[in-house]
Amino acid sequence: MTANPVLSRPASRRPLSWGTPLTYALALAVAAVSIAPIVYVIVGGFRTTPQIVADPAGLPDPWVWDNYARVLTQSDFWRQAFNSAVIALGTTLGVVVLGLCAAFVIARYTFRGREALNTFFTLGLLFPAGAAILPLYLMLRDLNLINSYYAVILPQVAFSLPITIVILRPFLSAIPRELEDAAAIDGADRLGFLWRIVLPLSRPALVTVGILAFVASWNAFLLPLLVLGDVNLHTLPLGVQNFSSQYTTDTAGVLAFTSLAMLPALLFFTLAEKQIVGGLQGAVKG
Amino acid sequence: MTSTDQTRFPAGGVSAPPAGLRPTARPSARRAQTRRKWYEIVGLTTPALVVYVTFVLVPMGFAFYYSLFRWRGVGPPTEYVGFKNYTLAFQDPIFLDALRNNAIVVFGSLLIQGPIALGVALLLNRRFRGRSTFRLLAFVPYVLAEVTVGIMWKLILTGDGTVDVLLRAVGLGGLVQAWLADLDVVIWTLLFVLTWKYVGFAIILLLAGLSNVPDELTEAAAIDGASWWQIQRHITLPLLGPTIRIWMFLSMIGSLQVFDVVWVTSVPAVRSLGASATMATYMVDNGFFARLWGYGNAVAVILFVISFVAALLFQRFLLRRDIEGAITRRAN
Repeated sequence: MTANPVLSRPASRRPLSWGTPLTYALALAVAAVSIAPIVYVIVGGFRTTPQIVADPAGLPDPWVWDNYARVLTQSDFWRQAFNSAVIALGTTLGVVVLGLCAAFVIARYTFRGREALNTFFTLGLLFPAGAAILPLYLMLRDLNLINSYYAVILPQVAFSLPITIVILRPFLSAIPRELEDAAAIDGADRLGFLWRIVLPLSRPALVTVGILAFVASWNAFLLPLLVLGDVNLHTLPLGVQNFSSQYTTDTAGVLAFTSLAMLPALLFFTLAEKQIVGGLQGAVKG
Repeated sequence: MTSTDQTRFPAGGVSAPPAGLRPTARPSARRAQTRRKWYEIVGLTTPALVVYVTFVLVPMGFAFYYSLFRWRGVGPPTEYVGFKNYTLAFQDPIFLDALRNNAIVVFGSLLIQGPIALGVALLLNRRFRGRSTFRLLAFVPYVLAEVTVGIMWKLILTGDGTVDVLLRAVGLGGLVQAWLADLDVVIWTLLFVLTWKYVGFAIILLLAGLSNVPDELTEAAAIDGASWWQIQRHITLPLLGPTIRIWMFLSMIGSLQVFDVVWVTSVPAVRSLGASATMATYMVDNGFFARLWGYGNAVAVILFVISFVAALLFQRFLLRRDIEGAITRRAN
């Protein structure tokens, strides 16, 4: 890290100019490729299935709200969204709390075995989560955790810890020694320093790792697919899959359900985009 | 701990200096201090360690153990077969197809996404009004759940879908395919969908890397008469090296494990013929759904070993400098 992330300043801002027509043409092309399929799905939800069958690429005529209304009132959409929210929030909380504590020790204590501990955690970056899924299922079954929120939350926390520690450690190390000394003079021991100074100062980094954990959990499919057999516990990604295979002939309904399932991620991302990009900037600094 | 003197915080902040330098700290007080420090270290790291070891490391150990048995998952495994599950896997043409498909996804992703992302990132790094909106739009596919992306493209591609209609409309009707059902085509369709979804991630990373290229350098080069291309070629790209290598690493590991998009888009029959199977779908099909737990765990171990070895080799030969310098190096 070349810059101290705690005290980093925003890059000097210069007024943006208008780009050349070529710049805009290329940028528009990129944007079109990115969002055209998404727009197609959202707009398609406003058509009827016969309309879609007759003319797959057309516009709604007339616009119908019925598909969206049906999904929101007659399907399991809300329950699945609730399950996703519980699991994603639980995962985020676990990742942030456990990750902060471990990263704090690795960053601010000197002791024998510190580097070994760090390596032990970062080794997890090389462990492909997908490969562990079958034995994980068997273990959760033996622990009687199948069909519970914990069966998803605990493994997700575990697999997010390495990247969390990798991001948090340099951030915590960069908090100036003087602040720790000042806290000591004010009568805080090291835990007081963690609680009163480190926690507020490292909020940007904590938000970044929290967002990464939340989004990963919100989008997760394979783990919930295996460990949540009970449909009442199904999360939104499972719901999308169920709905699309259950109502194969109701294309308009599937389009509407898929659109609604995308919305939370889109809203969340729009709000958090700056934070994600800012956090990654810290991680890839050369 | 009521005293407010400096001795409670060892002068190094984190380590006690030699006793001789600090006549005020009595040996017993120092011992109490050391003990307290260890309590804190153990107390703060234990929860993370327990969760990490239990749910990341232990399952991989069990996978290897179970893989040595023929086992239907009921009761403890008893029928020891040694490495037979492994030899069976490498004799199954569908597993070999899955390996080939994973290789296509790994190299296809690297070779297609890299150049596209680099071009888009250089474009969106120029200063122009509306830039942040275009950046946001370029990232959107990346935040959507893989399942959503898969179902979305399935709707667009299947039957006589929108893509086919559009192709005919522009006079390219000859290109119309059974995109997700043709055994020769499906893996390339999947590669396209994966590229569409993940290129945004490469763009985010590269833009983050580009923001660290100092303006002073490019401005100085421009004043010296360097063209835009020369500046990108000789200044920007070399400075982006670490970011590009980190992206390649993440892309490779992700591609080896690809599951969700394949699972929800491909027709199960096509997958079971191997046309669209990946190591992960093969593992879940056999281990979980066909309840061949010993065999499934053997596939899990193979997937693990391939990913791990690829990661280690990549790290050893390409990434070591970057990891040391960019990710884990202490900030001060």
